[in-house]
Amino acid sequence: MPEFDRKILVLFAHPGLENSRCNQALKEAVCEMSGVTFHDLYAVYPDFAINVKAEQTLLTDHDAVIFQFPFYWYSTPAILKEWQDLVLEHGWAYGQEGNQLQGKLFGVVTTSGGGPEAYQRGGYNHYTMNELLHPLERTAILCGMRWLLPFAVQHALTIEDHELVEAAKHYRRYLEAIRDDTLDLNALPESGLINTFA
Amino acid sequence: MLDLTSVLPLAIANADPDDGFLLHATVYLAAAVLAVPFAKRLGLGSVLGYIIAGVVIGPYVLGLVGAEGQSVMHAAEFGVVMMLFVVGLELRPAMLWRLRGPILGLGGAQVICTVLIIAGITMALGMSWQGGLAIGMCLSLSSTAIVLQSLNEKGLTRSRGGQASFSVLLFQDIAVIPMLAIMPFLAMVPEDDAAKALHTPHWQKAVLIIGVVAGIVLAGRYLTRPIFRYIAATQIREMFTAIALLLVIGVALLTQSVGLSPALGTFLAGVVLAESEFRHELEGNIEPFKGLLLGVFFIAVGATIDFPFLLKHPLGIAGIVIGLVVIKFVILFILGKVFHIGRDQNWLFSFALAQGGEFAFVLFSFAGTVDVLPIEVTTPLTLAVALSMMMTPLLLIIHERIVAPLMQNADAERHADDIDEENPIIIAGFGSFGNIIGRFLQANNIGTTVLDTDPEHIETLRKIGLKVYYGDASRIDLLHAAGADKARMLIVAVDEKEKANQIVSVAKKHFPNLIVYARALDYEHGANLFEYRADKWRHQNVGSALELGVDVLSYLGWSPFRAWRASRRFSRHEDETFKKLLKFREDDKAFFDKARQSREEIEKIFMADAEFKENPDHAWDNTSLKEEVSSQQEEQA
Repeated sequence: MPEFDRKILVLFAHPGLENSRCNQALKEAVCEMSGVTFHDLYAVYPDFAINVKAEQTLLTDHDAVIFQFPFYWYSTPAILKEWQDLVLEHGWAYGQEGNQLQGKLFGVVTTSGGGPEAYQRGGYNHYTMNELLHPLERTAILCGMRWLLPFAVQHALTIEDHELVEAAKHYRRYLEAIRDDTLDLNALPESGLINTFA
Repeated sequence: MLDLTSVLPLAIANADPDDGFLLHATVYLAAAVLAVPFAKRLGLGSVLGYIIAGVVIGPYVLGLVGAEGQSVMHAAEFGVVMMLFVVGLELRPAMLWRLRGPILGLGGAQVICTVLIIAGITMALGMSWQGGLAIGMCLSLSSTAIVLQSLNEKGLTRSRGGQASFSVLLFQDIAVIPMLAIMPFLAMVPEDDAAKALHTPHWQKAVLIIGVVAGIVLAGRYLTRPIFRYIAATQIREMFTAIALLLVIGVALLTQSVGLSPALGTFLAGVVLAESEFRHELEGNIEPFKGLLLGVFFIAVGATIDFPFLLKHPLGIAGIVIGLVVIKFVILFILGKVFHIGRDQNWLFSFALAQGGEFAFVLFSFAGTVDVLPIEVTTPLTLAVALSMMMTPLLLIIHERIVAPLMQNADAERHADDIDEENPIIIAGFGSFGNIIGRFLQANNIGTTVLDTDPEHIETLRKIGLKVYYGDASRIDLLHAAGADKARMLIVAVDEKEKANQIVSVAKKHFPNLIVYARALDYEHGANLFEYRADKWRHQNVGSALELGVDVLSYLGWSPFRAWRASRRFSRHEDETFKKLLKFREDDKAFFDKARQSREEIEKIFMADAEFKENPDHAWDNTSLKEEVSSQQEEQA
């Protein structure tokens, strides 16, 4: 077992994976990667009965946490919210004694139907992806984690197959960069998507 | 002391019809059946009902029973022995230990104060100190039978006042033994035979007593369980009744033979068995005997009231009765204050114990035989004791109707003390189904009382620390003993349909406030359970079959979340289908024979399933959204 700079935990949430093309391709690109633990929340907890202790142990064992999910109603699918509510306990993840996540990296990998033109002032969604992800950003920061810019695959409903293959490779390279610490965190801009940098 | 030799012959010798046993039994039972429900309806309680019945059939009214009243009383005192056994069963050793303060402190103070004050009063009235002391001892005792029965009937045994009363009564029952020992010495005839008999073999007796007590404790701990299990395994119910009676009578005989009070002996045996899994079953078996014998005892109290004497000296007797009750009440009330019983509970405590007890009859007659008190003194006092016993239910009614409501307004928060320790959930049947729900509730800190009829089973479960009791939950008395009147819910999880129906029906009939949930073995059974008014039932297999179904779909490649949702949807569909079927059954009951009906039902089920298939779960199917977005893009292009 090779040693990596960072061990990555991907928390994957897609309630209707059988209907998904994009997330399926992205999942396949990284789920067998060494140094990556791919954790499908809907598969492990179909009844939403999240095992808090087990989840916390997983978090402790990894150095970077990635949420991978389809962008639903400007937010995550339900189980990721449930996961946050239950696992990020006061006194463990945040609060005076809660420092278990301190210093870990936190990234979002998401897919959206709309493209960049929809996520801007005057666009269909009026706000940028960064702005719409503020709740997650604040959550990460409150827990002392380093917030990474979102990695987003857009036009997900109409994306061509070859583009999707490209996006999946890109996702894999992104995780490799985190794992092997080749991503220059200090060179990242304040906003935008990380796709262009990683 | 209670003479047991009169008990057994009564049952055996009187079986000869020539003896008038059947006639007497008929008179007693008829009197009870007529008087007790009537008295209860009037709000007087069963005790007063029995006593009034006794007065009516007694020698001075109808004259149906006469001189043998005294011997019947002796026999009936065995009811007190059984009562103390049952009381013991309900009292775990740990709880008895917790009560040691009130028993010794409050009980001791009550007996000593009452003896001294009554002795003082009688001496002031011209009695010798020996006579005064003897009267004081006789009158210091209260009636265990009447008080416990009345408090139990009113559901007050676990209240603070009830507990204090119980402590004092227990001390009094112990105090009878030294009183009987002291009595002969008060006769001023030092070489009296009775005194000698009690006097000489002191140390031998002590050794014997210790031996017997140790024997009861050890046998109760280690011997009874294998015996009970052996008996239970035979599945013959009357054998259990037999062994329960054998146990009580045997212990009573044994303790009496060494000069201990049999009531005390059986009480001890009860306490030792309080932790046993057979506790509820024992209680259920002894209960009817206890109740009837106590009833006969109360009837005998009524029948022995000497009306001619009362009519000759009405004022004198009334004065003694009132004086007795008032003196005892005042002493109890002051002690209650000293021992911080709390206001309304102190009233209950003082009203409850302000009478003479059944042991006074024994002590008075004993005092007569050893020449401590002349018959001119014992006759009016015995009568006064009987009348004061008759007053107790009336005093308790006064407390309940007048004093308690006043007090309750005064300090409402006091009632928090009355919380009992019964478990909120009773589970009937601890087989494959019951044990899962039982463990689930235990694991979530919900107290459960478990009843099961398989002794092997119980043994294993008790080894892992669960509270499981042996007994058939369709018996009202057993449900009662398990606390069904105080519990919130009964879960019926027995393996036989008929038994389950029976339990549901009995529980709903006799404990209307108890919620009953049940496990149905199939849908037919579920329909039955509804007819018997179960509040909720679950098909025993649907849950686990659907869980395995989720595993199957997942294995076939469905995402577990989709499979899970499908199972939930199907479960809902199943409930709805059953409701439809139930309605269909009710509507068509008259038209279809059984076989036809079940064929139609299967058809209905399949039709409903087809409907289910036509309405799948569309969740997260983005086909329509994709089409819309694509067509928009084409338009733009």
